[in-house]
Amino acid sequence: MSYSDYLIRRAIQAIPVLFGLSVLIFTITRVIPGDPVRLAMGPDVADEQVDAFREEMGLNEPLHIQYVEWLSGVFQGQWGLSLRTGNNVLFDIITRLPATFELVLVALGFAIVLGIPFGVIAGTNKDHWQDHASRITALFGVSMPRFWVGILLQVVFVGMLGLMPLQGRIDGNPPPHTTGMYLIDSALALQWATFVDAATHIAMPAFALGLATLAQIMRLIRSDMIEEARKDYIMAARASGIPQNLIHYKYMLRNAFTSSLTVIGLAFGFLLGNAFLVETVFAWPGMARYGVQAIINQDFNAIVGVVIVVGFAYVVANFVVDVLYGTLDPRVRLRQGGE
Amino acid sequence: MSTDTTGATIDTDQLAKDERRERIKRAWSRLSQSTLSLVGFAMIGLLFIIAIFAPVIAPYPEDAAGAIDFSRASQAPSLEHPMGTDTEGRDILSRVIFGTRIALLMGFVVLSIAISIGVTLGLIAGYMGGKTNAVIMRITDIFLAIPPTLLALAVIAATRPSLWYAMIAIAASWWTWYARLIQGEVLSIKENEFIEASRSLGAGWFHITFREILPNAIGPITVKATLDMGFVILVGAGLAFLGLGAQEPTADWGLMIATGRAHVRTYWWIATFPGLAISFAVLGFNLVGDGLRDVLDVEVE
Amino acid sequence: MSNPLLEVKDLHVEFDTYDGTAQVINGIDLIVERGETVAIVGESGCGKSVTVKTILGLLPEADISQGEILYKGENLLELSDAKRHARRGKEMSMIMQNPMSAINPVFTVGEQMLDVLKWQGQHRVGITDWVRDKFRSEAELRERAIDMLEQVDISAPERVFESYPVELSGGMRQRVLIAIALLLEPDFLIADEPGTALDVTTEANILELLDDIVEEHDTSVLYITHDLGVAREISDQLNVMYAGEIVETAPTETLFEDPQHPYTRGLLESIPQLSRGIGAGIPGKLPDYTDPPTGCRFADRCPHAETECREVVPHLRRTEPEHAAACHLFEGDPHLDRHQDAVTEFPYIGPPPWQADTDETEVDVR
Repeated sequence: MSYSDYLIRRAIQAIPVLFGLSVLIFTITRVIPGDPVRLAMGPDVADEQVDAFREEMGLNEPLHIQYVEWLSGVFQGQWGLSLRTGNNVLFDIITRLPATFELVLVALGFAIVLGIPFGVIAGTNKDHWQDHASRITALFGVSMPRFWVGILLQVVFVGMLGLMPLQGRIDGNPPPHTTGMYLIDSALALQWATFVDAATHIAMPAFALGLATLAQIMRLIRSDMIEEARKDYIMAARASGIPQNLIHYKYMLRNAFTSSLTVIGLAFGFLLGNAFLVETVFAWPGMARYGVQAIINQDFNAIVGVVIVVGFAYVVANFVVDVLYGTLDPRVRLRQGGE
Repeated sequence: MSTDTTGATIDTDQLAKDERRERIKRAWSRLSQSTLSLVGFAMIGLLFIIAIFAPVIAPYPEDAAGAIDFSRASQAPSLEHPMGTDTEGRDILSRVIFGTRIALLMGFVVLSIAISIGVTLGLIAGYMGGKTNAVIMRITDIFLAIPPTLLALAVIAATRPSLWYAMIAIAASWWTWYARLIQGEVLSIKENEFIEASRSLGAGWFHITFREILPNAIGPITVKATLDMGFVILVGAGLAFLGLGAQEPTADWGLMIATGRAHVRTYWWIATFPGLAISFAVLGFNLVGDGLRDVLDVEVE
Repeated sequence: MSNPLLEVKDLHVEFDTYDGTAQVINGIDLIVERGETVAIVGESGCGKSVTVKTILGLLPEADISQGEILYKGENLLELSDAKRHARRGKEMSMIMQNPMSAINPVFTVGEQMLDVLKWQGQHRVGITDWVRDKFRSEAELRERAIDMLEQVDISAPERVFESYPVELSGGMRQRVLIAIALLLEPDFLIADEPGTALDVTTEANILELLDDIVEEHDTSVLYITHDLGVAREISDQLNVMYAGEIVETAPTETLFEDPQHPYTRGLLESIPQLSRGIGAGIPGKLPDYTDPPTGCRFADRCPHAETECREVVPHLRRTEPEHAAACHLFEGDPHLDRHQDAVTEFPYIGPPPWQADTDETEVDVR
């Protein structure tokens, strides 16, 4: 079996998982006690109207029929109407997805870009002050609730110092729409003032969201580096006169990073899950906040939509990790051929 | 391990037991040498003491139950109110102290449910094998495909927001790891010949479960559950923060932060101190969990 | 005395362990003359690997409590890290024992060779140098690397250059290791039992290759092995090491004609021989390094040990003009200058029983 066959098989394996997830979440939302339609339409609407709406949305059908209809709708872009906004849920999600995606990517990027060098430094200075400092930072980083870190940042940088904007994505006009991610769009349009505007808004939520992930990556890289340092080939590289920093950042880090990839894939899931909280703290107009609103209002089509999209993103992220894994480690890539 | 044919099973049984006891003894001596773990133990101990004696320790126990007094609303920390008061005039210190009870309750209830579900499903999957095993493991995969916070949110969507539903919702998304562990343990022990030996002596699955599988799994479960206590407290606080967990006037840390969120520019203390309490509790469990992981030498991630 | 390439004097290496300080190397002396191949022979755990890794400075956790390592007259232990590193790969390099684990699995053979050619000796790579390098032609360096692969008898050097280690056989990887070690034509090569992880035929090929290639490059070699047979094939001078001490040293042929230390004789007897079947071996194990015996470290395993052996350290004594053994069964002047003062205290429990029994005949070692 070649490596590409292996990847295709992994992709196919994801399908039943997503299918099962949709059944699960569909069932959960359809057994909601109480009456979401009544809740959505308000107490003043007559019973007949509520019934008519219920009929229109197909809510009187048996559950499995509802599911089949919903599923065929999903493939045609009809994700059902949101009880709260009245829009197609797919439309609601697509308009909000770039904001969440941007936030999660910046948080993950920040966690990786700082977590890796800090991890290398801690790992190559085991039991020195750098290592202790990183351990303490990491312990606090993973112990503080991410949403509370966000609030603390607001307390300090907005309330006390008045340096940063409290919430939202942007103060001025958004940049022309290309990807929907303001940082990228404003850079593409060369609107640097807008870029700075967007950057100051995303800084605090991304930091709050990414801090714990940074801590995890840092500790992981550290322990992998310590393990790498004991390997024969690292001693051989030193014996052949390869410079110390090349050994650290190339020869050891490649292996250390590869073994951290799985955890970075998992971290992506944690970031998405916590985006629900951090977006709420910073009034970030993303999909996760939309999801929270949907849950509070028992807007079941929207709940199903958001969960499916997040589940899909998570599965995709783990697939990307698989691909990277094979790219970075020839053993994974080549060994598949032996089967 | 002895492979003598005469009395082999009795010998190995005794040997395994001795070995386990020896391992625990050695682990404990190593644990007590680790300063950070000891600090963690002290922190958790303190949490339990605070939780148990909350009515005695708290300066204004009635505030935890929601006594409102607008005449002393939103006061900054002072000698009288070391952590200040919230917008309804309740003493934050007292509510933080009572919040310990909710947090620990949350952790214990969630993990008891999650471990029960996980162990049961893992045992069923492992023993039955075949289709049952495949179905259960597929379901586990589905649950693993969703970030834990999200699944809890979705389950809560199907219920009314309350502390107890939040616990059930979190537990419903938390059992997967334990199921996988136990299933793997059953499968590997099925292969193991010294179980073959005890089966030939007439030991049933009940005996194997409680004498072989659970004792082997207890180390990893303890480590994972200790670390999970912290995570569950975090997730629970998050749900309460979103208004999907404990409801007013319960003295819940997450809920208290939610109250403070609207006042970050003015009354910083309202959100700050409950958050410190959460961090303290999570840190304590993480320290102990990390220490246990090192000394018991188990992989849990 | 001439001017040797490498001279180790009274080297002591200690490690901190949970059970206390382990005195793994307890005062050893070594001389490697230019163009000579010197072997250290001993069972695993006797400290031979630690010795050579200490010479290269590859054990940052080791505590070198005493001693000198003179290379071309310079004490390596007094050099800065950067200066020491500049000598690795270019002046002295090492072939690791296990070819399966000594090449980084995630880079091609070529990339690892190019890195040695490009960066050898620099303590740190500057960012600008590193970026500039990305735009430089590698053709010339590549040719050098492929040429080296050819020299170690690799028939398809271009293909091996592009290969990842996982694509190569054990013998091929061992050749690659030799090629990397000799890439910059070092004057001094340390070989840590190359080939022992491979099958016997491949091992023999590798040894032959190594022998030829060091001859051609006029490289001095310090060869460590547990196999006296291999040492006999390859070395000019032989040191037998036991528990962190050199117990016997002599030119290889002399040592095989007249093995003196009981440990050396034990090692010879443990070589399986067609005529005698499996060798007898030496019962017992190495002493505890955290709590070594006060006298001779071998006494507990020695069939001839007397009370004196457990009380007085038997320093190396010169039994023949070029032959020294650390054993109370023999008389002789102290082999090392630093032991001159101790001369009167050397007890003598000899003569060795085998000499008493078979007075005239030589010991049959083959």
